[in-house]
Amino acid sequence: MLCESQLRSDIRRFVIDELLMGDTSVVLRDEASFLETGTIDSTGVLEVVMFLESEFGLTVLDRELVPENLDSVDRLVCFVMRKKHAA
Amino acid sequence: MLLDAALQANAEHQPARHALVCGSRRVGYAELNDSANALAHAWRSLGLVRQERVCIFLDNSVEAVQGIFATLRAAGVFVVVNPQTKGDKLAFILRDCEVRILLTSARQLGPVAGELLQCESLRHIVLVDAADGGTNEPLIRAGKSIHRLHELASAHSTTPPHNPGINLDLASLIYTSGSTGQPKGVALTHLNMVSAAESITHYLGNQRDDIVLSPLPLAFDYGLYQVLMALSFGGTVVLERQFTYPYQYIELIRRERVTGLPIVPTLSAILLNLSDLHREDFESVRYVTNTAQALPVHHIRRLRELMPRARLYSMYGLTECKRAAYLPPELIDTKPTSVGQAIPGTEVWIEDAQGQRITTPGRVGQLIVRGAHVMAGYWNRPEETARALRPGRYSHERELCTGDLFRQDEDGHLYFVSRADDLIKTAGERVGPREVENVLYEIEAVKEAAVIGVPDDTLGSAIKAFLSLNEGTSLTASEVVRHCQSRLERFMVPKHVEFRPELPKTATGKISKQGLA
Repeated sequence: MLCESQLRSDIRRFVIDELLMGDTSVVLRDEASFLETGTIDSTGVLEVVMFLESEFGLTVLDRELVPENLDSVDRLVCFVMRKKHAA
Repeated sequence: MLLDAALQANAEHQPARHALVCGSRRVGYAELNDSANALAHAWRSLGLVRQERVCIFLDNSVEAVQGIFATLRAAGVFVVVNPQTKGDKLAFILRDCEVRILLTSARQLGPVAGELLQCESLRHIVLVDAADGGTNEPLIRAGKSIHRLHELASAHSTTPPHNPGINLDLASLIYTSGSTGQPKGVALTHLNMVSAAESITHYLGNQRDDIVLSPLPLAFDYGLYQVLMALSFGGTVVLERQFTYPYQYIELIRRERVTGLPIVPTLSAILLNLSDLHREDFESVRYVTNTAQALPVHHIRRLRELMPRARLYSMYGLTECKRAAYLPPELIDTKPTSVGQAIPGTEVWIEDAQGQRITTPGRVGQLIVRGAHVMAGYWNRPEETARALRPGRYSHERELCTGDLFRQDEDGHLYFVSRADDLIKTAGERVGPREVENVLYEIEAVKEAAVIGVPDDTLGSAIKAFLSLNEGTSLTASEVVRHCQSRLERFMVPKHVEFRPELPKTATGKISKQGLA
């Protein structure tokens, strides 16, 4: 069973290491939009998808590439929980 | 005609029509025009005089567009800087063209604030958001005033300010990468920009009912002109912060009934990679434009299948004249790799090294551009200006030497071959290798660095770095990329990194790029 707090910390680590390039001067708020905070671009989205697929064994459909699923730590956590639950 | 005149006229003729759609915000022509007027008064109240510079350091947004038009209305010169730009480069630009007012957000200001302390000409920083990043105190001590955009706007009249400007005045400086490692400002007059916009909207056949979807940055001339052109012909721009989520882009096309799609090959590569694309609704799209890099032929074929009614324009240009050539869309299937002919009202030709016009099909030479769209020069760079602009047909006139090599076919249609110098054309931007090499040399382990462009299907050229290391040190490619990401805009970051025991040298001991690939 996937533990939400572990999941959240894995996702946060990924975002800080890979999207923010380890920049610790930025305060990453879980609800903040990656788009509005300039955290992500189109290649970043592909990195997120690769991370979700390799780390959690998910298959992300093209259709699911929308900000509702991917645009903040909170949304990523919900998305992974929902996909895992459905699987 | 001044560049902002059409906005005023459209605000009178169609006050309620949407000029901008930005996320959930819809801004009508009258509203945009009023806000530009109020802010122009505000710029004057902050001491901006005719032809002084205002820098806009923001994501694509309503406020960025307001800032552009307010600056024009106040007879100032706007300078849009890519919001990914790091503090040292921003400060360089602000000093280079002596910016008086910086329009930005607290979020953007935070990481660069320290670098701005040394920008003497900078007197005022105007923030679009209310948040206080806590970084303002040192700036205030350094004599900079901090203002809120909405407070400035609401404190001033929306009547048009007196504007003494004429069309030979500068409208904008657009900074591009140079061969010396420092960016240089392409100085464009109102006449330059109005001429380019009129020519392009003419061949695109733009009408007031056109709705253009642009996720291209306003710091990139292709993105900037989407807004300038639509507001001149009276259409609507759906302005996205960037191209991030492809299905959001597709949904916007459907929901807003978008008629014009300006794209670059990186965008079409992501879009065309989606499965089930043929089920999507692209019915409203009347035209698609591509520039920056040639679209791969298989992209052209797929786009034609997906949007059979849309006309597809392959185009070529450079910031120094905005656009030089376009392929009439009826030729796209027969000449998919050509960028066609001169844009209306201008002239282009290719020349050999002796300056003789080449008329023989297949022979390669430098493209020369003549027309009212050719820039006034590079800001404060007389030598580089003299290299790019030479006396033309008449002694008072200047022609643009593009530095791009082309050949032509039997019909005179043009084909891009390569750059004449070592600038790299990647994802629509020109990158000077020196700028990237300087950043690579900041890494302690790096002994030698050389940066070149290598062919890439979607980027045109991808940036590749060759490195040799100091003895006893180690470095990984991802460490190199990470350092570059922290120091450079994303498009300048090397896509490939290769380590060599040492780099090839010329007889005089300089690094030779000839043998690298």
